[in-house]
Amino acid sequence: MSTETESIVTASAGSRSVRRELRQVRRAEGGKIPSTAGRRAAVRRETAAGYGFLVPWLIGFLGLTVGPMVFSLYLAFTKYNLFTEPEWIGLDNFVRMFTEDPNYIQSVQITLVYVLVGTPIKLAAALGIAMLLNYRDRGSGFFRSSFYAPSLIGASVSVAIVWRAMFSNDGPVDNSLSFFGIDLGGWVGNVQLVIPMMILLAVWQFGAPMVIFLAGLKQIPQELYEAAEVDGAGPWHKFRNVTIPMLSSVIFFNLLLELINAFQVFASAYIISNGSGGPAGMTNFYTLYLYKRGFADLQMGYASAMAWVLVIAVAIIAFILFKTQKSWVHYAGENR
Amino acid sequence: MTTFEAPRVEVVENALEPGSSTQPRRRVKRRTINTVIWFVVLLAFTAIVLYPLLWLFLSTFKPSSEFAQNPGLIPENPTFDNYTKVVEGIAGTPLWRFFANSFFIAIMAVVGTVLSSALAAYAFARIKFRGVGVLFAAMIGTLLLPFHVIIIPQYVLFNKLELVDTYWPLILPKFLATEAFFVFLIVQFIRNIPRDMDEAARIDGAGHIRIFFSIILPLIKPALITSAIFTFIWTWNDFLGPLLYINSPEKYPLPIALRLYNDATSTSDYGATAAVSFLALVPILIFFIVFQRFLVAGVATQGLKG
Repeated sequence: MSTETESIVTASAGSRSVRRELRQVRRAEGGKIPSTAGRRAAVRRETAAGYGFLVPWLIGFLGLTVGPMVFSLYLAFTKYNLFTEPEWIGLDNFVRMFTEDPNYIQSVQITLVYVLVGTPIKLAAALGIAMLLNYRDRGSGFFRSSFYAPSLIGASVSVAIVWRAMFSNDGPVDNSLSFFGIDLGGWVGNVQLVIPMMILLAVWQFGAPMVIFLAGLKQIPQELYEAAEVDGAGPWHKFRNVTIPMLSSVIFFNLLLELINAFQVFASAYIISNGSGGPAGMTNFYTLYLYKRGFADLQMGYASAMAWVLVIAVAIIAFILFKTQKSWVHYAGENR
Repeated sequence: MTTFEAPRVEVVENALEPGSSTQPRRRVKRRTINTVIWFVVLLAFTAIVLYPLLWLFLSTFKPSSEFAQNPGLIPENPTFDNYTKVVEGIAGTPLWRFFANSFFIAIMAVVGTVLSSALAAYAFARIKFRGVGVLFAAMIGTLLLPFHVIIIPQYVLFNKLELVDTYWPLILPKFLATEAFFVFLIVQFIRNIPRDMDEAARIDGAGHIRIFFSIILPLIKPALITSAIFTFIWTWNDFLGPLLYINSPEKYPLPIALRLYNDATSTSDYGATAAVSFLALVPILIFFIVFQRFLVAGVATQGLKG
């Protein structure tokens, strides 16, 4: 045991001394032409190795991300149906979108409602339950796993089918609400209830942000709570003045991620409405409408324009979040 | 004196409890009561959260005719008919075929993602070369990119290559590390590994390929496992990809086959739809139960270092 560690120590000490020697040799040669050439060769070797390792990623990045982005930006200004050549029509797609297509406007509206109402509720649920889990350690592992499970399967077709069945007329939800004297009927076909139903499906998947919140909560030093208590702070003040500021970077991260994800809800809306976006277009979420325009109607130019509006919207949201983070996000080690 | 000893320990433990200046005995009691309340509240939440899954599972034993009258959990006339019926499959394709297709796509995706992401992550984390900063920033940028902006050109591309209705459009991108999430996850993991080992190997004359395979790869196993599990689950659940690219029923993976059930039978055969929906979730649930440690750790580290 001891000899082994010893040999490791001497080995590492040996390598360290070798390194020192090398450095000395290099320093001694510094300025001379052969060493610069040698260093240049080393740099070249590193560059070759770097790009060598990146070959698969680079092909994917250029061929399947950047290239397609450029092409779709071009398509956004054309009329294109996959079979004939794209025809340049300038800004017509964008003009049509915002002035002549009520379905588009509705799609934007319901998507915004879904994102802006659903995401805060989901994050509030995630934070609330995370704090509850953080209260005691014993048994919290089981609860954490149970709460996390829906996040893994929430986007699947199976769950969308279950959701539709649960919220159908005389289904489990309707039935339990009737028990309390609330008779709403089926949510699926109801113009007013179908978005709340979709939001509930999103909130049900609070587990992923919850796990992130929980990891953040565990890193808040207990001394801060003790100090707040000495100052006579109650639970609300501790939450407001310790938990929230200490967790702000995690809140920021979750908010950014969940907002962007929420914009891209697709499979559940497709399955719940049988691909129609109904009733009355109330599940015609942005990406579902984009899919229908692009692949059912083969208006690929129009769909590309829609996709770019989405990219710009997401970029603006990310930009606003990053801009405002200075005023409310505190990172550890920073002076406040 | 002994009566003083025991409560003192409690005082230390309860330093954070509100009202810790009251009598120790009552405090212990209150702590127990709080724990019980905590447990019951969480149990209630668990019941609500898991109810849809339990309902689905038990519904697979309900005859289709029972769905309209019995929205409850327990089947009145439990039967295995739904399962025997769905095994035959739909659209002339047996059920096992959809499972096999899903497994094939998911496993190829796992192999591709893990390999290509690990290679890229090593370059980003360990090799210093001109342009690495810019490329890394670009990679992070793709994390936030709504992928809908590239599906149309990608479709046009794969259509030109005559690869529509094959698995290539679903698998090839995975071998090219297009899931930036995993590259990022592995980069973070490699950065936490001390450099001493690879520097020592370097002085012994090992190149990047040697260092990658014999030093880094064995050390990043947990990150690779996390990436593999997430890739499997996401690919297994993926609906849009196969919806766009796969047209022949015998090539359908499960989510698309499920849509067939949903469209064809939702008005009449709830039982069959429920049974297939449940069966499609089984592999994920098994994965989850076996690997939950890795999944939760993966999510947590990703969040805190992001």
